[in-house]
This record gives sequence, structure tokens and C-alpha cells, in this order.
Amino acid sequence: MNAPAAAQIVSCWSCKGPVATRALFCSVCGAVQGPGNIDHFTRLGIAPSFDLDLDALQRQYFGFQKRLHPDRFASKSAKEKALSQSQATSLNEAYETLKDPLKRAAYLLNHLGHPVDLTACGTINDRELLMEQMEKREALAEATSPDQIAKLAMQAESEVIACQCHISAAINASNLEEAGHLTIRLKYLAKLAEEARAKKTRALRLP
Amino acid sequence: MLLQLHEPGESPAPHDSERGLAVGIDLGTTNSVVALARDGETEVLRDADGKGLIPSVVHYADDGTVTVGSDARRMILEAPDHVVSSVKRLMGRGTEDLKTLAGTLPYTLDVAAEGGMVRLRVAGRTLTPVEVSADILRAVKTRAEEAQGKSVDRAVVTVPAYFDDAARTATKDAARLAGLEVLRLVNEPTAAALAYGLDNAAEGLYAVYDLGGGTFDISILRMEKGVFQVKSTGGDAALGGDDIDHAIAERFLAERHKEHGIESITAGEAKQALAAARVAKECLSGRATGDWMIEVDGKPSRHSMTRDELEVLALPWVDKTMGICRGVIEDAGIEVADVQGVVLVGGSTRMPLVRRKVKELFGREPLADINPDEVVAVGAALQAEALTIGSDTLLLDVTPLSLGIETMGGIVEKVIPRNTPIPVAMAQEFTTYQDGQTAMAIHVLQGEREMVDQNRSLARFVLRGIPNMAAGAARIRVTFTVDADGLLTVTASEATTGVEQQVAVKPSYGLTEDEMANMLRDSLVNAKDDMASRLFAETAVEARRSVLAVQAALGADSDLLSPAERQDIDAAIAGVDRAIASGDRDAVTAASEGLEAATKTFAERRMDRGIRAALAGMTVEKLDDALGSDPVKSA
Repeated sequence: MNAPAAAQIVSCWSCKGPVATRALFCSVCGAVQGPGNIDHFTRLGIAPSFDLDLDALQRQYFGFQKRLHPDRFASKSAKEKALSQSQATSLNEAYETLKDPLKRAAYLLNHLGHPVDLTACGTINDRELLMEQMEKREALAEATSPDQIAKLAMQAESEVIACQCHISAAINASNLEEAGHLTIRLKYLAKLAEEARAKKTRALRLP
Repeated sequence: MLLQLHEPGESPAPHDSERGLAVGIDLGTTNSVVALARDGETEVLRDADGKGLIPSVVHYADDGTVTVGSDARRMILEAPDHVVSSVKRLMGRGTEDLKTLAGTLPYTLDVAAEGGMVRLRVAGRTLTPVEVSADILRAVKTRAEEAQGKSVDRAVVTVPAYFDDAARTATKDAARLAGLEVLRLVNEPTAAALAYGLDNAAEGLYAVYDLGGGTFDISILRMEKGVFQVKSTGGDAALGGDDIDHAIAERFLAERHKEHGIESITAGEAKQALAAARVAKECLSGRATGDWMIEVDGKPSRHSMTRDELEVLALPWVDKTMGICRGVIEDAGIEVADVQGVVLVGGSTRMPLVRRKVKELFGREPLADINPDEVVAVGAALQAEALTIGSDTLLLDVTPLSLGIETMGGIVEKVIPRNTPIPVAMAQEFTTYQDGQTAMAIHVLQGEREMVDQNRSLARFVLRGIPNMAAGAARIRVTFTVDADGLLTVTASEATTGVEQQVAVKPSYGLTEDEMANMLRDSLVNAKDDMASRLFAETAVEARRSVLAVQAALGADSDLLSPAERQDIDAAIAGVDRAIASGDRDAVTAASEGLEAATKTFAERRMDRGIRAALAGMTVEKLDDALGSDPVKSA
């Protein structure tokens, strides 16, 4: 983001004049530009942070989509249609990443130069986390009454929220190492919470 | 400083005046409807008798004459083997799918063809569902042109939300064959919600329950700040009022056979029984009981039925839709009580049983003021107008089914999960499992199940030219791209060499480009002219856009040109205008190239100036302001 200003200018594909790489439309001829290689936060016009106002994020996303979605280019040339599709695709990717706390944490840490690999393993290196998760899974598997299941689902949900608060605190304190561990923890907590919720729905549906 | 805003629709689009009308088309299993919107007022385009519904039935005469609509439906009794109905059920279907449909369809299928698209045997001809649908769309187009006295060349066509990639592609192909440019494929439930103006209603969640002749759809839509989003969709592409008709017809036939002591069913008898069943079902929505006659080969039989009896027959199908509704509500992560309104779509929702059940499930009276047979076309027409003249509402769709590829052991690895907002591009990396493996078969699948054979196979292709490496060393990146219409393209590339292959996913169940080209040639005598004029229109649009871009650049930076240079550019612009007026596509292409050459130096000087300004120490923010930046204000 601190690249020299000159590197941020490209030639508009339509009028061939100078245009900023970040620009969505050329200021001279008005043609839509390609999505360019910018980070998700910049793309949605918000400051990089874990603590996002989700309503504001959605407003930004909808605002950009209203300008850039291919439906706005239905009677335009093929080139403009294709560019708007890439723009809308990039917006979807950015929004889907940032609206989800787990994906947002991983993306932000990577953005801050501390990559976290969430896809790498089904194995847990952290012994404590491993034991804790095994116990909780057992408890959920053994729970039979709707009340028991509902209670576990609520517990799992509140742990997810607590973990997100810890991630936020760690990032704000620039403790990225800690934030990385917590993000991996969040992955397992979120999975457990999801399974608990699904089991709860099933339990409620059965007569 | 105020940001300089440039609306995408700002530069004038003069080509629109010479284009035909853009209509909304509900291409239904049983009936099709076409509507037109002007300034937000919609009108269903009707025939001389005031009928809005065009039965989706096509009659193929021995002399090659094609008849669509009521006239074709009347022929069902006289010449059942010359008539095709409910063809929408076969859109995007492969011969493999037929095993589950065999016996339930009222026409002969060409089962000899191995793999690939289903083909129908009608009147000695072999037809694809795409061609039959194109015949229906041609009739719809003609209806609209006769009603308006103007040519119609663009349309929003609706599809069930549950339609997979193959079926969507088939629908788009059919429109193309009929000489219609598809502005957008819109999900039927979304169109229905638009017709009810829910895009202007209170923000919140809405459900659309659509029980048509051949398809059932339930969608949860979310309306928020002028954006209409399909949150979750579900349904069954092979469940609808036709099933109930068949159940009634079966009962009638059983009664008839008992009465006359006949063993086998003739095609004519089956179609008569179906026709009687349809009438019976419709009558029993308004009455409690009735009698119907079937007469074939001089043998009449009388059948009576009460509404209660009908509801017993229909209940299993209606209950099945309720189960799907509950699943979709759960998928969306919401509770029934969160739903603020329910829209009813499809003729089958006229059945009191359906209305009762819907009310029971959602705990509220459903919206049913607009004719449920026409509501989808009305919404499609509004969307066609929105796409051609602009609108404040935006439709964001999701993928109806997960998309993935086959990995070792017949397991499906999902690349794009269902309910992902589109357009979308997602990639997954795979590797080789044998030393020295130089090719990799990519098998693209659609569906929710874990195993390959339980999902829908969309396409297969082979990535070749992988360098000779140890097992697990190659990095194959497979990218799935789904456009705003829900159509999928798959690209595979090897990271170390950049070997790349791309397929637009069509082959398994769709038509190949060659087949399309042949059909276009064979279809109408003037198809070629249609094609040529469309190609010219596209080239002209592009040329006009270049001229506008150059004129905008001249407005901003004309001081960079000497009078002589300026004259050259003006002459080149005049050349493009002349070429467009001549109607010659090659001339337009040549003139556009001439304009590009004439402005080359000008463009270079403009870039120089921009870069000099940037190097003169402007901050990035100021530069963004000067060169156009985010047009959306955060406030």
C-alpha cells in the first residue's frame, strides 16, 4: 500500500488515458475498469481491522455491487460486461471473506504479515486444545435430551464469541502470535458450534 | 473534495433506440407467459381471445409445420405421437436421468443415443429439448411482436431456482435459437417477489412458494437496502401439479378399465385421462364434487370425485413440498417466524389444500392477489425494463447446488459450496498421485452428496502436458467461475509450467457449439440474417463506445494536440460514424482500427502527463481523486 504513487497509474483500456489502479471507473471516459490487485479491505473501502461493523460492511458491499454488478451492464459492450463480472466476483470474494469472523481473522493476520494456515491439517498440534475439543465432542455425542443439546449448543456459541473477543484483543495489542493460535482455536470452536446447532435442529424436529 | 462520480449508465447508449423491445418470459412446464413493462407498468401480452397463457405444447406435423399453444394442445388427442408437452422437465437432462423418468413422460424418447442430451422422437423427427423449447419461445416472441407491433429481440427468461448449470445453459441456448438475446436468467421466485413489489417493501425475509405444473421451488429472499438477495433455495425439478394430474388420471384409468374390462392403455386413452384429470383438479378448487367423462374408441366412461378424495391423492406431493420448505428454512439459518411474507406462484397453488398447508407452516395468510400463473412473467418484465433502462434494485443470486470435482476413491471435493453469492470464482489445488503422471482427468460434478455417483456429472476433460514429476509434486489449480446467470466455466492449470485448459461446462448434457451452429442454420430461413445483424449491432456498440471515449479524452486533454493532429482524429471519428451508417461490419471494424491508430500519440501524451503529475509529488489520495476513485461514499 506504500508503493510509489507512479506505480498506481495504469492506462484506461477504453480512452487510453491515465487512471488510478484503484479506480472503478475512468474519470475521463467513464468506462468501468478491471478489479485490480487490491486487498479485500481496500476493495470494500474500509480500514483493516478485526472489529468490523457488519452493517457498515454490508452497506459498502451492496453499494459497490449496485455500481458494478453485471446487471448494470446488460446493454453494454462485451468488454464492459466481462470487466463488471470480474469486479462483482472480486467484491463477492472480499465480502464473503470479511463477513465471516474466522476467515476475516485468518485474512487479516495474513495481511499483517503473520499467515495462519487453516486448511493444512485435521490434526491439532496444541495438546490442550486437542483434549478440550475431544471432551466437548464426547459430551455432544452423548447428549440425548433436547434440553441437554440446547445447553451445549448455547455453551459452544458463547465460547465462539469469547474467542472472537480474545482474537480482537490480541490483534489490537499487536500480539499476532497469540492471535494466530486463537484463530486456529476459533476454527474448532466454530465447527463444534455448528454441529451442536445442527443436532439441536434435528432434536427439535423429531416428535 | 467531492469525488467525481461516473455512472456506468451515464455515457449515452444511442443503440437502444434501434433495438427491439425487451420482454419478460416465464418459460413454464405447462404454460408460458410473456409480459412487457413500460415505466413500471406491466402488461401480460395476450392473444386475440384475451388469453395470457400459451400452453408449452408443440405439435410437429408430418409436413414439417410447427404449431405451438392451444392449437397444439388440442392435437394431443388426435395425434399424440406428434405432440410434445412438459419438455421443460427434460431441459439439461442426460440419457442417464431418463431411467427415473421413464414411463412418466407422455412421449417417446430416443433411448438409443448413448450419453449426452436426451432426444425426443416426434413425427419421425429427432428433436432435443432445446429445439422444442426454442419453438415455444419463437411462438412467445411472435405473440409479443403481434401484440406490440414492434420487433422483440431481448428478454429476461425465468428458470426454477433449483435448475442446475446444464438446465440453465439449455434454456439460454433455446432462447438463442429463437432469436432472443437473454439479458439475464432470473429465478422464478425472485421474479414473483419483484412482481409483488417486495423490492420496495419493508426490509426483511420473504418466502416464495412456487408449485407449478412440473417444478416445485421454495426460496427465501432477503430484501435489504435496495438489494434483493436469494438467501437460500430448494426445490425439486421433477415435482408439480403434473404429478397430481397423473395420480388422478391413474385412478380414472383404473376405474375405466374395470368398467370396460380392458387390459392395455393406449396413448390416446392416457392423454384423454390426463386431460380429464387436469379439468377435475381445477374444478375441485372451486367445488366440492364433480363428474367427468372420458371417451376413446367410442367407449365412454364416467368418473366422479370429491375434493376430499382429490386431497387424499394430492397430499403426498404437497407434504413433500412442505418437507423441502422446512429444509430450506433451516439451510438459511432462520426460523419460520422470521419470514415476513409468503408469495404463492404457479397454477397449482390455487388448490385450497396447498393454501391451507402453506398457511399452516408459515403461520400467515400467503400473498396471492396477482394471478399465480402470470406473476412470474410480470416480475421478469419489470426486470427486463430495469436491465435496459436502469433501476435501484439489484438481484444478487446464489449457486443452487454445490460444485466440485472428483478425487481419488470417487469422493467429491467441493470447490464452490451451494448458496454462494454469484458471480464467483474459486480455486482448489490438486496434485498427481503417480510418479511421472503427465495427464489428469478432471470430472466436474454438481450436488450435495459425498460420492461421485450420487451427484450430477456436468463435464469431463483432461489436463495434459503436466511435467514429469514425482507423485504429489505437481500443483494443479482448478478454478470454477460462475457468472451472474449461474453458468459455470472450469479452468485447470499446472503451476510450474502454466499449462492451461478451459471448458465452458456444456458437453455432458448440453449442445456443443457445433450442434448450436447447425441448429441456428437449420432453424429459420432468416436465422443467418438475425445472426449477421446481431454481430453488426455488437460491433457498432463497441465502435460508438470508442468514439465516446475519445471525445471524452479530447474534452479533458485537447491542449496536448496540434490543430493538424486534432483534425486527423476528428476525421477518424467521422470515418467511424460513416462506417456505422453504411451497415457494413467490416467497414466499422476497419474504421475503429483507424481511430485507434489516429489517437495513439494522443494516448501516450496523456499517460505521460498523468505520470508526471503523479511524480510531481501528489499523494495517493489526491491522485485517486484526480484519476477517479471509489464512487461509493462510506457515509
